Formats: sequence, structure tokens, C-alpha cells
Amino acid sequence: MSKAFFIDTTLCTACRGCQVACKQWHDLPAEITKNRGTYENPPDLSFNTYKVVRMREQVVNGDLKWLFFPEQCRHCIEAPCLETAGDSSAIYRDDKTGAIIFTANTKNLNNVDEVIESCPYNIPRKAADGTLAKCDMCIDRVENGLPPACVQTCPAGAMNFGDRDEMLALAKKRLAEVKKKNPKAMLIDEDTVSVVYLVAYQPDLYCANAMASNADFLSITRHMALKRMIRPLTDLTSRLL
Amino acid sequence: MTNHWIDIRNSDCILIMGSNAAENHPISFKYVTEAQRRGGIVINVDPRFTRTSTRADIYTSLRSGTDIAFLGGMIKYIMDNKLYNKEYVANYTNGGFVVGKAFSFKNGLFAGYKVNDIGPLRGSYDKKKWAFEMDANGVPKIDHSLKNSRCVTNLLKKHYSRYNTKLVSKITGTPEADLLKVYKAYAATGATGKAGTSMYAMGWTQHTVGVQNIRSMAIIQLLLGNMGVAGGGINALRGESNVQGSTDQCLLWHIWPGYLKSARASNTSLAAYNKKWTPKSNDPLSANWWQNYPKYSVSLLKSFFGDKATKANDFGYDWMPKVDDGKDYSWLTLFDEMYKGNVTGFFAWGQNPACSGANSNKTRKAMEKVDWMVNVNIFDNETGSFWRGPGMNPSTIKTEVFMLPACVSVEKEGSITNSGRWMQWRYQGPKPLGNSLSDGDIIMELGNKIKELYKEGGAFPEPILNLKWDYVTDGLYDPHKVAKEINGYYLEGPKKGKLVESFSKLKADGSTSSANWLYCNSYTEKGNMSARRGQKDAPNNIGLYPEFAWCWPVNRRIIYNRASVDLKGQPWDKKDWVIRFAGEAKNGKYVSKKWLGDVPDGGWYPLENPDGTKRKDAKHPFIMRKHGHGQIFGPGRADGPFPEHYEPMECPVEKNYMSGQRMSPVAPVYSTDADAHMTCDPRFSIVGTTYRVSEHWQTGLMTRPQPWLLELQPQVFVEMSEELAKLKAIKNGERVKVSSPRGALECTAIVTKRFKPFKIGGTIVHEVGIPWHFGWRWPESGTEESANLLTPSTGDPNTRIPESKAFMVNVSKM
Repeated sequence: MSKAFFIDTTLCTACRGCQVACKQWHDLPAEITKNRGTYENPPDLSFNTYKVVRMREQVVNGDLKWLFFPEQCRHCIEAPCLETAGDSSAIYRDDKTGAIIFTANTKNLNNVDEVIESCPYNIPRKAADGTLAKCDMCIDRVENGLPPACVQTCPAGAMNFGDRDEMLALAKKRLAEVKKKNPKAMLIDEDTVSVVYLVAYQPDLYCANAMASNADFLSITRHMALKRMIRPLTDLTSRLL
Repeated sequence: MTNHWIDIRNSDCILIMGSNAAENHPISFKYVTEAQRRGGIVINVDPRFTRTSTRADIYTSLRSGTDIAFLGGMIKYIMDNKLYNKEYVANYTNGGFVVGKAFSFKNGLFAGYKVNDIGPLRGSYDKKKWAFEMDANGVPKIDHSLKNSRCVTNLLKKHYSRYNTKLVSKITGTPEADLLKVYKAYAATGATGKAGTSMYAMGWTQHTVGVQNIRSMAIIQLLLGNMGVAGGGINALRGESNVQGSTDQCLLWHIWPGYLKSARASNTSLAAYNKKWTPKSNDPLSANWWQNYPKYSVSLLKSFFGDKATKANDFGYDWMPKVDDGKDYSWLTLFDEMYKGNVTGFFAWGQNPACSGANSNKTRKAMEKVDWMVNVNIFDNETGSFWRGPGMNPSTIKTEVFMLPACVSVEKEGSITNSGRWMQWRYQGPKPLGNSLSDGDIIMELGNKIKELYKEGGAFPEPILNLKWDYVTDGLYDPHKVAKEINGYYLEGPKKGKLVESFSKLKADGSTSSANWLYCNSYTEKGNMSARRGQKDAPNNIGLYPEFAWCWPVNRRIIYNRASVDLKGQPWDKKDWVIRFAGEAKNGKYVSKKWLGDVPDGGWYPLENPDGTKRKDAKHPFIMRKHGHGQIFGPGRADGPFPEHYEPMECPVEKNYMSGQRMSPVAPVYSTDADAHMTCDPRFSIVGTTYRVSEHWQTGLMTRPQPWLLELQPQVFVEMSEELAKLKAIKNGERVKVSSPRGALECTAIVTKRFKPFKIGGTIVHEVGIPWHFGWRWPESGTEESANLLTPSTGDPNTRIPESKAFMVNVSKM
């Protein structure tokens, strides 16, 4: 059974313990930041930052909301990055968990920018030498029976992790509860990703890439369909040559 | 906390006011969330929309320093609409007590007021004028029908009749509709079986009316029958993991361990001391628990001085330090005296006064006046390095600073006591790094050295030489020995040398010791109770977990729990009950005693039998009060028996709309040249407040050097409304100067919708807020300073906690 996260943003208090736990487990250096007139920091995901809690002030129906969204890789079921890279030594899916893993070999890819472009959620980030990095589902922890570091540390119950069925069931149960107060509540792209977010309001209020936009999806699908069509050919060609 | 963290989940309505629980007590939100999941409502009242507000069912704002007006309006709402629990108020609180004719309240002053010419207190009250009327036996006259015009309930009603929503709104800036929404939701917990709780912190305490802020809530809780019940209570969210423990063990000047009183100079003998502080009640139904005072004070002296404490020498009472009558030795006064050159040296132990104390410029200058300072900390800080801080000239500073490196919490064994009074033992992880030592080792060695020096001579060496100082094993500090000493021993008789089981066994004749009677029962012959980790809940299944750690007193998880049952001992709340009387009844009378659930607040019979007859062997539920009743009328406080709205010392209004007294008539105001205060000065027209963020801890000493945390909150900021930013032409993210009459600092502007201007008495008042976690030592830029450079040296007349939550500032472009 593949694994999934269920991130209930309606319970998130943006303590950002998840952001720090992620850095701690992966031993990632802190970035030198400045206060930019917001609590949100670092300003974006980076090679050294796999997770950023987005904190956005929005007025919804005349009421002020401060919306929190722990942004991270969605570990797509059909991962465009993986398809685009086309090199399982650089990007592969861990069959047991469904984690999409970037390796050090990503620096050898000749289409790194295309890989980044292919992500409908704008997640992968590049080091100076071209190596790509992002959330790895704490696969080392998961393989040893531990939850991902961000889930372990969450005091609010916003971060959940487990078997996909279980997480989807939990997500649907919570959605029903939240809908009573917020009729526009929804799960984001739950059929296509392994990191399912529950939001109370429309996703774009939380952050730019909360949801894969239709346009993105279409172009990715087209792109991926094309790749798949070409691949047997290229394989064949390489064999013929 | 009267209750504890887990118990928050049992609440039907949680009022988060004066705290920012989601940001500063993140774990508490686990239980807040659980309460919401069970249908509970969360109300958040805060000048600013915070991370807590995001999770509230009802959020509204108020201007800093106007909580009593807000809560006074709620008291009026409860009284006007008769939403109080009448049976509870009449029987368990002093709501029916008749107040003497001398009591009055006119134009913002209670009876007995006298202006103080000497200072720093502005004035004081003769509290005798607030006394209750007594019957022939010396027992307070009680009108259980609550009809007497001078009974507390009616005086309360009269006092708060002025607090109508229109006037409250004019003072607080809270829209009237929001006031009513909050009042209605919270007052609904007055229904039998419902519970409301309050989660507060420094947002309520750090005011010239800090104690009365909490008194206001206590009155509401008593009216609604919310004290003693599951999901109820008055819950202080402590600002550090062991603040509760340090207070219990007498961190503060005015108490000895276990909330015994510091001896006054006029308490010239042990007998005089005990007589002065042991309350007397003539009511046979009042347990008046403090009548046991001498047992606890003598056991403490036996613990301090061991065999040297004998009946003949008053158990060493003369060796205890005495404070001068009427004098104050609190933080503000200490630094005031230091500033005036009256202090020779001081220990800054595990703290950072240069950033944490109100009016930090004054505090820092005061440090120049001492000959020596010992800084015990895990890192150097703005205090230890004050002499090379901004504006200092090291060549002219005489102060000699000694740094003693302390190890960190995980490197030592011992206990902490959390907000819920749970004493929890922690084992040692890694050994202390380098030559750092645990606080225990440092103080043991220090004590030994001081003893050696006093052996050579010195003024009044007896207290030091006679001090029992044997908490070592193999030459090292032994936390178990201290924990056992705190619990106490039998010193004589058949159990000599054994640990005392409970404070009910302590004696006033010198045959027992206990360094803190409240902790007696924590470490017994059965073992270290605080190290227990049992996961089993009590039969009432409300999350008491009585076998997990240990809590004072005697492992009672919810104090005042005798008020959670009706007169016959049966719980108001049948589902989430705390205790219930399960004694046998015959012919309508209880004939045997048995309580189930939590450890009851005294195991006496209930006040009534099943047939409704009164029992003579019962006790009133509020056993720590002299008269056994919860105090709606609180005649012991310095500033009045009822909370009254006064403006902060520095405020944006020329007059108090509630009365002719602008600020607290009894608050302390200090008057050195470093104590500038300005009200309604056009140069400082914006209300300022300070607070914390999730990402930093206290003055930031432990978090600012931590790169991952500094990454999240790298700089000190000032939050302001879009309206104020527009007025001042300040752009989001730009550096600005924030100043008060006492100091200034540079901050990054966060222009936010989360602050809104207030409409106060027809004019617009702006408020800004600054976190106080920063200081010049770190980050390396040296540009990030403490918000306490702005805060004033004034505070609460009861506690002298500084008024850091409401003062006046200006914000300007750099």
C-alpha cells in the first residue's frame, strides 16, 4: 500500500515546527533571511528548504482570514518530474511508499529546467551545480517505521501520514466536518497526489500553486502523453542504433 | 492553573484573552482543538488578530489595557439577564455575604483611600472599610436569598451597572455587537452541566491592573459556577516551562516556599509570625486550611536548619531574613534601588534583565552602579555584556562581571512543574558540556564557599553557618536529596528518618521537616511520585491521568473540585464529572464517607444529606479561603474588592470614561530621571504593546543563536494597521523607528490587516505591537534590540509586575 500525507490546513496554527523539523532531520543549513514585512520565511522553497509554511492574509466575505499552507512536494501518483526526467537513476518512484525521490544524479540530467517546469506545483529547486532537491517523504524514517519529521512534530494535528486508503478516509471525514462551517471547503487534487490538502476556502487564496491549474495539467498531460509516445520509439531507435 | 492542560478539552467554551495560546503555547492547541471537535466554542479577544484568532469561532479586538471594562460588561450582562448559577453563588461563593456599612465606592475610589506622599505607590486603602458584617459568633452574615441590598451580589450588580455596552465600547474600541456576541456565548456556560474556561497569560498580568484583570475573570467563573469543574477554572498559561515550579519554591521576594509569607520586621518572634499569618475562622463549617500554617512554617525551618533548629531557639526563626513592613523588594524596586546606587552586587541567574526587564535602558544603566555581577547562563547575553552594549563606555564602568557557565536543561536531572501544577521528573540526557555545571552543582559549591568564608568571621554568620547543606552524593549535587527534603521527613518517633506521606502529617513541634508543604506527598517511601508515567485515566475518564507524574496538592488534578458537586455531593455535570460522593445513605442521611474520581478538596461529608438536611460535619468547598467561600468580593487586594476600569499609566485618553480616576490610584510609579512617562502627549500618540512569537523564547537567548529559528524570525518587527502605515507613509517591510519617552529601537514594519485602528470615545486610536525577543548581542548585526527599551517602570500594586502590555509610543520613518 502506498503512503500519503493528509494536511488539514484548518487545524494548522503555523507554528512552523514542521519547517524546522524538516531542516533538522535533513540537516539542511538555515538561510540568511530578512523580515520582508511578513512572518513567512524563507521567502520561497530552495535547494536547502523543502518546506515553507505560507501565511496569507485574505478577506473572505468581509472577514479577515490568515490562511496557513505548509507547502511541499505532493509526490504525484503520475509524477510529471519523473516522466520528464526519464532517468530512474535521477528521479524514481519508491514502489513501497509512492515517494518520488530525487537523487544526486539529477545534476547529470540535461533537462533540469524542463523537470522544474513540468511540476504543476512549482516544487523542485536547483543547486548551483544543477542538482535538484525537494521533500523526500523522509523515506529513511518511513522505511524504519517512523512518520516523516514534519508529521512527528506537528502539535496541532494538521500533519497526518499513513496508508493512502486510511489518509483518504480521514481526509473525507474531516472534509465533511469542515464543510458544515465552510461550504467551500475542499480536498486538493486528492486523486492524483500523495499529499492531500484540506482547505476551507478556494485554494488560490492560500498560495499560488496550492492546486495544479487546469492549464498546467493539460499541458503536462499533453507533454507526458507525447513523451510516452516517443519513448518506445527512442528506445527502439537506441536499440537499432 | 486551577485545572490542567488536558482538561481544556472538556470545555464547552474557551475564552482565550490575554494570551496567544496557538503561538506561545502551541501544544495547548491540541486540547483546544479537541474541545472544538466535541462542540466547544473558542472565543479569542486580542488587540491584534493572531495565529490564535485564526482558529477561533469568535474573534474580536480590544484596546490594550481595557480588559476590566470588557469583562465588567460581561458581569453586568450575566447579572442583568440572571445567567448566574444561583445555587452555586449563594452557597459556595461570598455572593450572599453582607458587607459592612463603611464600604462605599465613589468616583473611581473605594472607601478608605489615602494618597501616599512618599511613593512609589500612589496611594493605599484602609481595607478595614471593606470588612464583612459578622454575627455574634464572629461568622460572616450570609443572606442565601441574595436579597440584602448590601450583600455582595447586589453590590456587584450596582458596581457594574455603569458597564453598559455603549460605554464599554467607547473605552475598549470593541464594537457593541461583538461585545454582546462574546457575552452571550460565554455566559451560556452558566447552565448546569456546562463549563467555560479561560486561558490567560501576560496579556492580563502585565498591567497596573493585572491582578484585577484576573479577578474580573474569577468573578465571572464563580457566577457561572465554572470553578472546580472539568473544563472550567482560571488557567494561567505560564511563560516558561518551570515558572509554576519556581513560584511554588519561592522565586519571588514576598513568599517562602509553599506560599508562606516572608517574615516582616514586625514579626519579632516565631509566635508573632505564626499569629500574624494564620487566619482564624469561627465558622465550624469552614475548613480554613491555612489554620495549619504553623505546621508548615516550623517544618520549613526544620528543613532549612536541621538539628540546629530547636524549640528553644524558635527553630531558627531569627536567622530568617525579615523584610521591612510596607516595603517592597520586587523586580522594579530592586532595579530602581540599583539605579540609585543602593545595591552592591547581584546574581543574574538564568535570566537576561538587560532585555527582559521593563524600561531596559534604566535596567542597563543600573548595572553600571553595582560593584559586581555574576551572570549564570548557558550563553553570554546582553546582561553579562551590558558594559560593551550600545551607548556604553567600558572604560568608565566599574562593574566586575563573572560568567558562570550553566549546563542546559537536558544535561541535568530534576523536576519541572508545568502550568497545570504537574511536577514531572526528567532524567539526565548527555553530560554537561565542557566545564559547565548544573544550577544545583553551582549553588552547592557556592554555598560551601560562603560557609567557609563565614567561618572566618562576618556579620551575623548564624544563618549561613546553621544552614543545613548536605544535598550531595559522592561530592556531587544530588537532586533526589533535594526532592526528598522538599517532601519532608519524620524527624522523631517510630517513623524517624522516613519520608512524610502527606502534609496532613506535618507538625508544628519540630518533629517533621518539609521544605515545601505543598510538595509533601511528591517523594515518599513509595518512591518518586513525579517520575511515574502511568497511562491509566481515573474512573471519571476526563483526562486526569492520576498515575502520570504528580501534581500539588496531594495529586489533586483539579483544585476547588468540591465546588463541582451540588450540596449533596453529586456532580453538576453528570458526564464530565470530577468527583462524586458515593458514601452510604440510610433513612435519607449519609452514614459513610466515600468520594470517587479526583482527590477531593478535603474528604469531609457533603454539606447536605440526600433528604436535604444540613450536616454539621461538612465543610464549605473553597477550603483555602478563611470563610470557605469563593471570593466574588475580594477584600484582600491592594486596589479594591471589585475590579474597576482604570487606564494604563500611559494611555491615549485624557480622562477615564468610567470615573474621575484616570489610572490606578494605588499603582507604583517610579521617579528617577530614567522614568519618563507621558500621557496624551502628541509626540507619543500610539498605543504600544509587546508580545512573543512561536519562533523565539523569552529574550531570545536560546533561540536567536539558533540558525533555523532565526531563519523564521530574523528581525525585530513592529506590526501596524494599513491605516496607520498610510498615515505615516510607511511601506511594508521598511525599517522604522519606534520610540517611547524612555527609549527607541529600530524595527521592520509589518503592515497588516491584523491590526485595526480603534474608535475610542469618538476618536481614532492606533495601536502597534513589538515582540520582545531580541537584543543587540545576536544576531551579529547588533541592530535588533529589545522592545523593553520602550516599556515603563510601573506595575501592579499587588504584584509589581511591570506594565509592559500597554504604553504609548511613536512610530516614524528612519
